[in-house]
Amino acid sequence: MVVQQVIELAAVGLLAGIFGAILGIGGGMIITPVLTIMMGIDIKYAIGASIIAVIATSSGATIAYIKDDLLNLRVAMFLEIATTIGAITGALLTGVIPHALLYVFFGLLLIYSSTNMIRKLRGTADERYQPVQPDKWSERLNLNGSYRDIIEHKNVDYEVKNVPGGFAMMYGAGVASGLLGIGSGAFKVIAMDTIMKMPLKPSSATSNLMMGVTAAASATVYFFNGSIQPQIAAPLAIGILVGATIGTRIMQHLRPRVIRMIFIPILIYMGLQMALKGFGVTI
Amino acid sequence: MAERKKEMNEVERLIGQILRIGVIVSAIVIVIGLAALFIEGGSGYPGDTVPLGFRAMFAGVMQFKPFAIIMLGLFLLILTPVLRVVVSIYAFAVERDTLYVAITTIVLIILVIAMVIGYAGK
Repeated sequence: MVVQQVIELAAVGLLAGIFGAILGIGGGMIITPVLTIMMGIDIKYAIGASIIAVIATSSGATIAYIKDDLLNLRVAMFLEIATTIGAITGALLTGVIPHALLYVFFGLLLIYSSTNMIRKLRGTADERYQPVQPDKWSERLNLNGSYRDIIEHKNVDYEVKNVPGGFAMMYGAGVASGLLGIGSGAFKVIAMDTIMKMPLKPSSATSNLMMGVTAAASATVYFFNGSIQPQIAAPLAIGILVGATIGTRIMQHLRPRVIRMIFIPILIYMGLQMALKGFGVTI
Repeated sequence: MAERKKEMNEVERLIGQILRIGVIVSAIVIVIGLAALFIEGGSGYPGDTVPLGFRAMFAGVMQFKPFAIIMLGLFLLILTPVLRVVVSIYAFAVERDTLYVAITTIVLIILVIAMVIGYAGK
C-alpha cells in the first residue's frame, strides 16, 4: 500500500470534482488518461474508478445545487427517460456498430458543439438571459424554471424550447455512455444549453444531477465484474466529494462567460481525444 | 404558479436531504475502510483480491476487512442516484403531480432493466 499514491489520487479527485461540478461533466474522459498515462494504472481499473468518479461528482454537486435551487428537477426527470433508454440501446448495440465509427462521430459532434459555444461567446457582450419562446412540449411538461443568480442579485425565470431536439440529443448521450462507457455530461450540457436554450448555470447543475443516474446502471456492472480496485477508487471518490462541494461554491460566483471559456477548450480536447481514438491514436 | 414553485422546493428539499445522508454515510464508510487499510497495513485479502458479490462483501465487513468496508462504501455511493429516483417518485406523489410520478416511474423501470441487461451481458 503506497501512501503517496493515495494522496495523489485524492488530489486528482479534488481537481476533477471542482471542474466537474462547475461544468456539469463527470470528467471520466479526463480522469481515465490521467490514471493510465500519468499514474500507470491499468485501463480496466481506470475505467472502473472513473465511473465511480462520475457518481461522486454528481451526488456531491447535486447536494449543493438542490439547496441553492439551481437545478431543474422536471427537465432532469423528463430527459432521463431519453438517457436511460439510450443507455440500454447502447448496451444492446455493443458489437453491432464498430466502436471506431462511434468514437469519430461523437468526437466530431463535440468539436462541432465547441464551435457553437465559441459563437455564443463572441456573439453578444450582454450575457444576461435572453427570454425564449417555449414550445408546446415545454408548456405541457411544465419545464420552465427559475434560479437565483448570485452575481446579478436576482431571480432569473426561464423557459426552454426545442424539447424534441434536446430529447434526441440526450438519447444520443445515453447511447454513447452505454456503448463507450463514458458519463457524457458534456453532451447533456450541450443538449440543455445549446439546443434547449436553458441558461448555462441551471444546465450545468441539471447535468450534474442527471449523469449520476446514467452512470449508476453501468457502475453496478463494473462493481461486480472486478473493475473496481478499492485502493484506487476510494481516495479518488473522497477527493471528488470534497472537490465537488468546493466547485459548487465557485460556480455560483463565476460569470457564464467564464464558465464557457473553461468549457470550450475541454470540449475541443475531449472531441479530439475521441475522434483520434476512432483512428487508433491515443492522446 | 407561486404555489407550484413552493411545492417544487419541498420536493427538492426532501431529495436533497436523502442525497446528503446517502453521500455522508458512504463517505464515512469509505474513510473508515481507508483508515483500516493504513492501520492494519493490508487489505484483509491475499494479493490484489477484491471481495466481489454481496456475500463476500458482507462477510468481509463482519470481519472488519479493509477492502470489504471500502467496497461497501463505494456500493452505497453507487446507490445514491438510484435512491434519488425512488424518493422523487414518492415526493411527486405527495405533490399529486401524476404526470411526473409517471415520468419518474418510467425512469426507474428503465434503470432497473438497464442494470439487469448489464448483468446478463457480463
